[in-house]
Amino acid sequence: MTAYDAIFWFFSLALLLCGVLVLISPNAVASGLYLVLSFFFLAGLYVLLQAFFLALIQVLVYAGAIMVLFLFVVMLLDFQESRRWWHGNLLGLVGAPLAVAALATALLPVLKQSGALAAIPEQWFEGTLENVMTPVFTRYLLPVEIIALILLAATIGVVVLGRKEKQP
Amino acid sequence: MMHVGLIHYLAVSGALFALGLACIVLRRNALLVFMGLEMNLNAANLALVAFSRYGGHADGQVLATFIIAIAAAEVAIGLAIIVALFRQRSTVVTDLLRSLRG
Repeated sequence: MTAYDAIFWFFSLALLLCGVLVLISPNAVASGLYLVLSFFFLAGLYVLLQAFFLALIQVLVYAGAIMVLFLFVVMLLDFQESRRWWHGNLLGLVGAPLAVAALATALLPVLKQSGALAAIPEQWFEGTLENVMTPVFTRYLLPVEIIALILLAATIGVVVLGRKEKQP
Repeated sequence: MMHVGLIHYLAVSGALFALGLACIVLRRNALLVFMGLEMNLNAANLALVAFSRYGGHADGQVLATFIIAIAAAEVAIGLAIIVALFRQRSTVVTDLLRSLRG
């Protein structure tokens, strides 16, 4: 086992452990913090995949901005939470892995046939800032503009949703 | 022991997706349901980045960047809806929010 493998197993097991803790933690704030932690481990996996830019974005935007917004709302709302995560719903506990397993069985033959799983590629992709952002601003310019519009629409929508209703 | 390859990353991605799906289906708190959704998006991102790395092209990582941008918009809207809901009903328990069910 090489050092790469050991680091991979550490990050992925820690990631999945944090995922389980998000699921079973009785406290919503604790769940949010475990989710932040799992995003850090995911950023570690991105570094292993040489996706340095995405690892940075994962920490800055996901863990830093999106999850802070989440935790802010969790702490803002003074809700009564149920202490239990399990409500005797067997369908979900069995159904979720089953759905993923069904998807995997459907996709694995396709992947095997395409040869994508057959180990070493001729060229590895390095996810540096230049390599990722050059296609974004050349080939994918139109989607970027559409995303800008979507973000604007989201901003306006949130302002409208967050307004206090006028009392008649 | 096998060396780590594409299939291992896909397995981790699938497991993370299953955890997110279980979070959506099992939890009663609307915010926790939303967190499960975020886990699903991140599982998809991990698969895309792994494909991009092993396939040798940039498209997967570009798509992952777009997904993160869309997720930011989606989280903002969703949390605004949850806050508005809480103002109206004083609860975020999904079982109690069933006035549309008739």
